[in-house]
Amino acid sequence: MDDTVRNSILAAVPSLRAFAISLCGNVDRADDLVQETMLRAIANIDSFQPGTNMSAWLFTILRNHFRSEYRKRRREVEDSDGHYADSLKSQPEQHGHIEFAEFRKALGFLPADQREALILVGASGFSYEEAANICGCAVGTIKSRVNRARTRLAEMLNVNGADDFGPDEQTRAVMAGGGE
Amino acid sequence: METPAAHGKKSEAKPAKLGREVQARLGQQLRAMYDDVLNQGVPDRFADLIKRIDVNGNNDKQ
Repeated sequence: MDDTVRNSILAAVPSLRAFAISLCGNVDRADDLVQETMLRAIANIDSFQPGTNMSAWLFTILRNHFRSEYRKRRREVEDSDGHYADSLKSQPEQHGHIEFAEFRKALGFLPADQREALILVGASGFSYEEAANICGCAVGTIKSRVNRARTRLAEMLNVNGADDFGPDEQTRAVMAGGGE
Repeated sequence: METPAAHGKKSEAKPAKLGREVQARLGQQLRAMYDDVLNQGVPDRFADLIKRIDVNGNNDKQ
């Protein structure tokens, strides 16, 4: 494989991981997603158009793969709430970042299409147009998803102004474990 | 004479429900969480994967 291709795939790994973890809220699953994305990308490298945005191409592969997995899992696990809570328990402690727990949890409760739109635009640094390409929808759709995602997050986190962020009792209880 | 333009116009069809400060804080939190992962760099697992693929020669495995 071409060194340039190899290097650009490798260079995209940190942001693919960040995207995957934000999407699915679970580090192990996210890393599997990234690995599958890399393998798919390499297997289909001929369909990549040199000169276009490699990162956006990889994000598209990851996103589509996640969505098809997600649909499968959704059928298996009907209580998506408990599912998210479980996956949340397992991940932030790994890096000791309890302060993100509440935010991640709220993010996990967003509908998948709103979550991905918000992350792509708000964290991955894609334009609305790029995000629309990645998600295969109209730019206006991305904009309204991002807006709805923000509104919902603010509601869930009960943010109205200055100092409303921070770990709360409930989150700590969840983090402390004590299974079902 | 006063120009009313200073604060930007709210001509969009859907007025933003959230104040700027709230949006900014949500954005900060989202990016902080995201950057936290970015700062972890490339885990060995993925560097190894790319190396292995290189050795085996691209996509025609088996």
